[in-house]
Amino acid sequence: MFAYIVRRTLYAIPLLIGVNLITFLLFFVVNSPDDMARSQLGNKNLTPAAIQKWKEARGYDKPVAYNESASGANKFTETIFFEKSVKLFVFDFGTADDGRDISHDIAERMWPSLAIAIPSLIVGLLLNITLSMLLAFFRGSYIDVTGVILAVTLLSISAMFYIIGGQYAISKLLHLVPISGYDDTGLEAIRFLILPVIIGVISGIGSGTRIYRTFFLEEINRDYVKTARAKGLSESWVLFKHVLKNAGLPILTGVVAAIPLLFLGSLLTESFFGIPGLGSYTIDAIQSQDFGIVRSMVFLSAVLYILGLLLTDISYTLVDPRVRLN
Amino acid sequence: MITITTLKTTLLIAAGILLAGCSDSVWNNPYPSSDAKSNILYKSFEKRPKRLDPVSSYSSNEYEFIAQIYEPPLQYHYLKRPYTLIPRTAKSLPRVNYYDAQGNELSADAPIEKIASSSYVISIQPGIKFQPHPAFAKGADGELLYHNLTAEQLEKIYALGDFEKTDSRELTAADYIYQIKRLAAPNVHSPILGIMAEYIVGLTEYAATLKKAYEIVKEKTPDYELPYLDLSSINFPGVEQIDRYTYKINVKGKYPQLQYWLAMPFFAPMPPEADRFYTQAGLKDKNIILDWFPVGTGPYMLTINNPNRQMVLERNPNYHFEAYPSEGEPGDAEAGLLKDAGKQLPFIDKVVYSLEREAIPYWNKFLQGYYDISSISSDSFDQAITMTSSGDPTLTDEMQGKGIRLSTAVATSTYYTGFNMLDPVVGGTSEKARKIRRAIAIAVDYEEYISIFSNGRGIPAQGPIPGGIFGHLEGEAGINPYVYDWVNGKPQRKPLSEAKRLLAEAGYPGGRDAKSGEPLLLNLDTGQSGPDVKATLDWWAKQFKKIGIELAIRSTDYNRFQEKMLKGTAQIFQWGWNADYPDPENFMFLLYGPNGKVKLKGENAANYSNPEFDNLFVQMKNMDNSPERQVIIDKMVDIARQDSPWLWGLHPKGFSLYHAWYSNTKPNLIANNTLKYKRIQPDLRQQRRIEWNQPIMWPVYILLALLVLALLPGIYSYVQKEHRSAMNKEGA
Repeated sequence: MFAYIVRRTLYAIPLLIGVNLITFLLFFVVNSPDDMARSQLGNKNLTPAAIQKWKEARGYDKPVAYNESASGANKFTETIFFEKSVKLFVFDFGTADDGRDISHDIAERMWPSLAIAIPSLIVGLLLNITLSMLLAFFRGSYIDVTGVILAVTLLSISAMFYIIGGQYAISKLLHLVPISGYDDTGLEAIRFLILPVIIGVISGIGSGTRIYRTFFLEEINRDYVKTARAKGLSESWVLFKHVLKNAGLPILTGVVAAIPLLFLGSLLTESFFGIPGLGSYTIDAIQSQDFGIVRSMVFLSAVLYILGLLLTDISYTLVDPRVRLN
Repeated sequence: MITITTLKTTLLIAAGILLAGCSDSVWNNPYPSSDAKSNILYKSFEKRPKRLDPVSSYSSNEYEFIAQIYEPPLQYHYLKRPYTLIPRTAKSLPRVNYYDAQGNELSADAPIEKIASSSYVISIQPGIKFQPHPAFAKGADGELLYHNLTAEQLEKIYALGDFEKTDSRELTAADYIYQIKRLAAPNVHSPILGIMAEYIVGLTEYAATLKKAYEIVKEKTPDYELPYLDLSSINFPGVEQIDRYTYKINVKGKYPQLQYWLAMPFFAPMPPEADRFYTQAGLKDKNIILDWFPVGTGPYMLTINNPNRQMVLERNPNYHFEAYPSEGEPGDAEAGLLKDAGKQLPFIDKVVYSLEREAIPYWNKFLQGYYDISSISSDSFDQAITMTSSGDPTLTDEMQGKGIRLSTAVATSTYYTGFNMLDPVVGGTSEKARKIRRAIAIAVDYEEYISIFSNGRGIPAQGPIPGGIFGHLEGEAGINPYVYDWVNGKPQRKPLSEAKRLLAEAGYPGGRDAKSGEPLLLNLDTGQSGPDVKATLDWWAKQFKKIGIELAIRSTDYNRFQEKMLKGTAQIFQWGWNADYPDPENFMFLLYGPNGKVKLKGENAANYSNPEFDNLFVQMKNMDNSPERQVIIDKMVDIARQDSPWLWGLHPKGFSLYHAWYSNTKPNLIANNTLKYKRIQPDLRQQRRIEWNQPIMWPVYILLALLVLALLPGIYSYVQKEHRSAMNKEGA
C-alpha cells in the first residue's frame, strides 16, 4: 500500500502543475498586472507611476513567463509565473495584495468553515441514512412514494431558497437564533452555528436520501439478503445487520472523498451568515482580483481533492478486504 | 389522579415554554448578553477595508475607521453649513503667508499672479497623547522595548494585544512632518503624491531621493529582514519644523485647497516609532502591520481588527479634551442637536462593526434592534419608505411604529454620462456634435431614471457642482437652460420636439443621416453586464430611441472598460465622482483640458477641452470664495452646459434610518470623523430589543407534533410488518 500511496503522490505532481498553469493562464487572460493594480489602488487620482510602483513592489513588473533580459536559468525563474506559482509546491503561498500573509489567513479561516461543515456532514449523514433506510424498509408503500416525492422536491429547491427561507422563518419570525454572525469564543459559537447547520442538513436531505435509498435497494435484492430472510431473520435485522454494512461502502467512499474539501467551506452559506471561513475568503479574492489568494485557494483545492481520492482508495481496502491496492 | 396531575404538569411546562419569550432575555441577540446595557454602538461593514494606513487609504469604507483614530490638524464643523473648517489638533486654522518671487512677504489680498509661493504655519495643541501602543513601550533603561524583536519574543506574539507593555508619548510637530514625508516614501503608495508634488516645494525631488536611499537600504538588508528607511533623518524644503509644536508647509504659488487636504487622514501624524515597529519581518509574517493596526491620537482606537468578522473601536483613554459644538445652523437647536453643547467627546464607549455581506440579514438585524443605524437597499425600500402625494419620502407606518427616524441628504457626488470628446461622431466642439449631445441631454429623462432605478434617491444635476458647495446655484438661476425651462417655480425638461429639432439641425432628422439615410448608431460603453443591469441598459436604449437614435450597448468586464477609457475608444460612458473637499475646483477639474484621461491619464474622463473654460479654470482654482469667483464659475458652468460634454446626470441622495435611541445625528457628507458626536441610550435599546425579539416556540411544537403524527402510520405499519414476518415464520 505504501508503494501505491507514493505512486499516487507522484502522479499528483503533473496534475498540480497543470492546475497551476491553467489557473495562471485564466487569471492573466482576464487580468493584466495593470488591472490588478487599478483594482487594488482604486481609480481616483491614479497615475501610471503609481501603477508601476505597485507592480514593482509585488513583482508584477517582471515578464509573465520568459525573461529575455535575464541569463541562464534566470530567464525562467525571474518571471511572474515562477515567483507566484512555482513556490506553491512547497506551500509558500506568499502575501495577498493587501500585504497579509496568506498561509496565516488560511490557517485562521479554515476553523469557521470546519465549524459549519463537520456538524452538517455528520448530522446530515446520520439523518440521510436513517431516512433512506426507512424508505427502503417501506419500499413500494405510500411512505416510500411520499418520501421519494418529498426528496425530489427538496433537491429541486435552490440552496439560496433554503438560506433565505430559513433565516426568515427561524430568525426573523420566530426569533430563535441570530440571523447571521459568528463567534469563536467557545460555546457562544453554537447559537450561530445552529441555523447554518440546520439549513445545510435540510438542503442535503433530498439528494442524500434519494441516492442512499438507491444504494439500499440495490443491496436489498441481492442473494445474501434473500438468504438472510429465508433464514427467518426479521426485516429490521436484515436491514441493519446486513444491508447497511454493504450499502455503507459507496456511502463511505463518498464521505471520505468529501472530508478534505470540508476545509474549503461554502461560498453561499458563509456569505449569507457572515461566517469568516475559506469560502468567503475565496469569493472576496475573486471579486477583488487578488491573484495571490485565488491561486493559493485553487492549488489548495486541487491538493485536497487529490488527497480525498487517495483516502477513498485507502478506505476501500479498510472496509472491503477483497480490494487490494496495487 | 395520576393522569390529572401529569396533565397539569405537562400543561404548566408547555405554558412555561410558550411564554418563555416573556422573559427579559432574547435568543437571537448576536452579541454577548453581558453587553446588553453597555454604551456600545453597533454598526456593520460590507467590504473589508484593504488598508488602514492614512498615507494610502482613500476609500470611504476605510475612512469609517481611520478617521476616528488618526487626527489631521483640521476638521469640518459637525453642524455648520456650508461646510466649515475648524481646528482639530491645531490651535487655530493655519497662518498663511504669501511671498513674491524674491521672497518678500505679500498681503493676504495680493493678486494671484504675484504670489510665487506660500507657507502654511500650523501650531498644534501641546499635551495631546497617542493611544497606548507597544511601539512606545520603553524598558527601565529608556530604550524602546519592542523594536528589535527576537525569535523568542515573537514566538509568544500572535496579535497586538499579546505585547505585555504599552506606552504613549506626546504628539509633536515632528509626527506631522514624518507623515508628509511618507507621502513620497517608495515603500508605500500615496494616491495624492502626484497632486501634492505639484504644490509642495521639493516633494517630487524628495520622492526621487527617497527611492535611491531605499534601494541602498534594501541592498544592505538581509533577506530575513524588511528594509527600513528612517525618514526623520532625510529632510526636504517643503516642510519645516519651527518648534516642538509648530511646523510649516511650503507651497508653490497659491493653493488654498491645501487647507481641505489638511482635514484628511493623509496629513494625520505618524509616530516614527510606529513605522519602525511595524517594519519588523517577524511581525509582518503574523499580519501585524501598520495597514492593519493604526496608531493615532483620536477619540477611538482599533482594539479588534478581524475584517473577516468584526472590527472594534474603543475609547482612547489618552484622548485630549474636545467639546461638542455649541453652535450650528438655524434649526439645529430645535432638533435637539445642541443639547450636548460643551460636553466632552466622545459619548460612546465602544463601536462594534460586524461584517454583513448580504442585504437581507443586515436589514432584518436592524429591524430587530441589533444595528443602530441602517441604509436602505432597493429590496427593503418599499418596506421602509412611502412617498407622500407631493413626492416627498416619509417612513411607513411599520417604521414609525418602531420609532425609527429618517434622515436624507444630497451627497457631494455626481454620477454623469459622458461623451468621449475625441470621438468623431459625438465628440469635438463643432456645432453639429454639440447639437447631437444637447439633443440627447434633453431626451434622456433623468427624472424617470431616478424614480425607476433609484427609488427617488437623487436629484437631476444641472451642472457639475452639487448642492452645498460654493458655486452651486439654486432656483431658476441654477437650471441648465439648454435642457430645462423654468415653469411654475420649478425646472421642467424641454419637450422632445426640441431635442428632435436639434438633431435635425445636426444633420440627423428623425435620427437618420440626412444625406445617406442611414440611422445614427451610437454606442454606450459599460463595465456592467448580466441580468441585474439589463433593465437599466434597456431603459438607456429606449431614451435614445425617443429621438430616433439607435443605441448599441457595448458591455464588457470592468477591466476592458477601463482600458477603453484609457485608450479613448469608448463613445458614451457612465462615470462618477465623490468630492474630496467642498470646493468647486474639485469638480471643475474634471472638465479641465490638461486633465484629459487619454493624453495625461487625468480625471477628465470625457477628454473635454475648451480653451476658454481652461483659462477660466486656471483663474478660478486658487481664488478664495468671493463674488468674483462666483462670476467666473457661472461663466465656466455656462460654457460646459453649452458644450454639453456630459449629460449632467444626478447627485445621489443618501437615506439613513436611525433607531429612537440614537441621537445627535446630522448628515455630514464631507466629514468622516463624526462618530465622536453620536450618542445612544442603551437602556431604551435593550427594552426595545426584548419587546421586538420574544422567542416564539409554538410553531416548532406544532411541527414536531405533525412529525410524530406523520410517523404514527409508519410505526403501525412497521409493527404490522414485523408481526406479519413472525407469523409467516411461524407458518413456515
